[in-house]
Amino acid sequence: MNAVTPVLQTGAPRMALVGNPNCGKTALFNALTGSRQKVANYAGVTVERKEGSFTTPEGRRVQVLDLPGTYSLRARSPDEEVTRDVVLGRFKGEAEPDLLVCVADATNLRLVLRLVLELKQVGRPLLLALNMFDIAKHRGIEIDVDRLAAELGVPVVPTVAVRKAGTVDLLKHIDAQVVDLALAAAQGVSQGANTWHEPSAEEVRATHREADRIIKLAVRPPTKPDTWTTRLDAVLLNPVAGLLILLTVLFFMFQAVFTWAQPAMDGIKAGFDALAAWVNGAMPDGILRSLITDGIIAGVGSIVVFLPQIVILFTFIILLEDFGYMPRAAFLMDKIMGGAGLHGRAFIPLLSSFACAIPGIMATRVIDNRRDRLATIMVAPLMTCSARIPVYTLIISAFVPDRPVAGVFALQGLVMFGLYAAGILSALLVAFVMRRLVWRGTVEPFLMELPAYKVPDAKNVVMSVWTRAKAFLQRAGTTILSIMILIWFLSSFPGAPEGATEPAIDYSIAGMIGHWLQPLVAPIGFNWQMTVALIPGMAAREVAVAALGTVYAVGGGEENVTALMDTLGHSWSLATALSFLAWYIFAPQCASTLAVVRRETNSLKWPVIMFVYMLTLAYLASLATYHVAASLGWA
Amino acid sequence: MHISPRPADLPAGPDHETVPADARPLSRAAKGEVGRVVRVGLNGALHDSLDPDELERRLLEIGFVEGARVEILHEGLFGRDPIAVKVDDMRVALRRREAEAILVTRWQPASLHAVAEDRRS
Repeated sequence: MNAVTPVLQTGAPRMALVGNPNCGKTALFNALTGSRQKVANYAGVTVERKEGSFTTPEGRRVQVLDLPGTYSLRARSPDEEVTRDVVLGRFKGEAEPDLLVCVADATNLRLVLRLVLELKQVGRPLLLALNMFDIAKHRGIEIDVDRLAAELGVPVVPTVAVRKAGTVDLLKHIDAQVVDLALAAAQGVSQGANTWHEPSAEEVRATHREADRIIKLAVRPPTKPDTWTTRLDAVLLNPVAGLLILLTVLFFMFQAVFTWAQPAMDGIKAGFDALAAWVNGAMPDGILRSLITDGIIAGVGSIVVFLPQIVILFTFIILLEDFGYMPRAAFLMDKIMGGAGLHGRAFIPLLSSFACAIPGIMATRVIDNRRDRLATIMVAPLMTCSARIPVYTLIISAFVPDRPVAGVFALQGLVMFGLYAAGILSALLVAFVMRRLVWRGTVEPFLMELPAYKVPDAKNVVMSVWTRAKAFLQRAGTTILSIMILIWFLSSFPGAPEGATEPAIDYSIAGMIGHWLQPLVAPIGFNWQMTVALIPGMAAREVAVAALGTVYAVGGGEENVTALMDTLGHSWSLATALSFLAWYIFAPQCASTLAVVRRETNSLKWPVIMFVYMLTLAYLASLATYHVAASLGWA
Repeated sequence: MHISPRPADLPAGPDHETVPADARPLSRAAKGEVGRVVRVGLNGALHDSLDPDELERRLLEIGFVEGARVEILHEGLFGRDPIAVKVDDMRVALRRREAEAILVTRWQPASLHAVAEDRRS
């Protein structure tokens, strides 16, 4: 980086936040930028990119990038590679940062000072922000800020991200630094040379010793150590009590996502239905009306309806994360999840997927390692989501007799339980196969800091949840909407001819595809009506119920479930019904999930792999189920 | 889990002489035990999950350096794995498999409470 960097000529100066995980970096980012931030992915990788901007007291606009947390520039994961490459100014498509701000948890300086020493080698303007300075003071940790700055050779500023005036000093320093940068650029002074190279183990030891020496000089250890963390951990990390508490927390969270979201979801659904009804009344019948009501309004509605679940789930996740519980949950679950080759942190996303795979897949962001995260994303849709329930209920009540088993269990309930169990077992099995066969020999070590517990800051939680909700609507919205319109098109064109006797969908492209696919699904016992129903059922799993109503011309769709049950009971054999249930355990019948996987993995490859493997499993499971059932004489 | 000195298990290496005779891997420590890190790294021995040099650097970067005070705070339910370790003034969770690469000396029970717990198990 010997070249002269023209700083102010190229627009707002760019600042990058670097720091250890759990140092309060994101809280500082939120405090600086407020709502002026946007979340996206870095070009070509699955790593989240958070950028925002703020105006300094002297009226300068500064762009700020919140880089993934790391202990070293020596990158160990794709996230840390992003941090390294952006800091070094060699990330394709990212401008070089003009100023690095290293964020430190003032109560835990040892590891971050080593990082500061490494960052110094990069030769860019650097500033150390001692965050949570109030907590450090409260514990009696005395930091000689001037001495620290002198020993490190880097300006040091205390900050309190969660307090209103907590960033004033930092902003002043940024103003001063930006003036320096402008002067340096105007005078053609070059930045320091970049002498950073990947440190060897010996060099890591040497910087550790240097950091320890500086700490001895500038930091007095706490007079009131953090006993709360010790006391809480005694319970929360207790092998038995800790697991029970974790399960209780997760059960409560799952319940909340499942039940608290329902009124809001019903409200949203009713709102969109009312809107569609209003449009239907206000517009003449025709293609345009159908596009607006069945395509666009129904499509947007099907996205927005997930918003309450996402908001509730992320409120829980962010609260637990800010509190410092997430690494503990991973600690408790590591052995159990590890058996299937999954990371301890995969537990929460997988549990959320019982409500809906979409928030579940979004929640995989708590997993740092890319492969662990991808494995979790790939199996999340196998967990029985709530959209399968209407389909399961319909088929079970139409075909499974309502009689007790062994006196205490209801047969229908047992079948339902079996479907859930099949989902969980297959998810664990698929994860196991992926980790053992596809990504052989790369067992990520479980090595993570257990940060001190902290009371979550309400403002920070609200802001983080809002960012997530916004990202969901923006990112999933575009893809899901276009798929919905495509499915509407397939099911509506061409229209039924004059004097048609069959339902309109039968004459559409979806109907043609259904008939055309018929020979393929005959071996698994599906008739053409089922195949046709599965095409609009791609939009969302529960849509298949309404679509079956349409093809069987029962009418009224979901409202007329009893009539549909009767019709199905007469026209399907038991073997066909069981085959259909087996299909629904595995089939990738959800365009929204695939769209979110596309967004979250930032590639087409993973949703395609997901679609193919789930479809294959669905076909094989249905084939086996149908033939076993047929051989038992249920055909 | 009782820790018995097994010097024969120590990987041979150039700095073998500098390691005290009672040093043993952190992976064999039980809850409540306190010690001092004398060597980080496998000294050339192979590890089943990571490149040994990579593992050594990761352990160093998260605070396991020679001279650090370590104390086993918690153990997982199944196979007493993973373990939560206090490293100087911070806490780190890791699996025993990775803790193998950390040699520790001067074991002593942290308190009488820990001794009692040790006897119970």
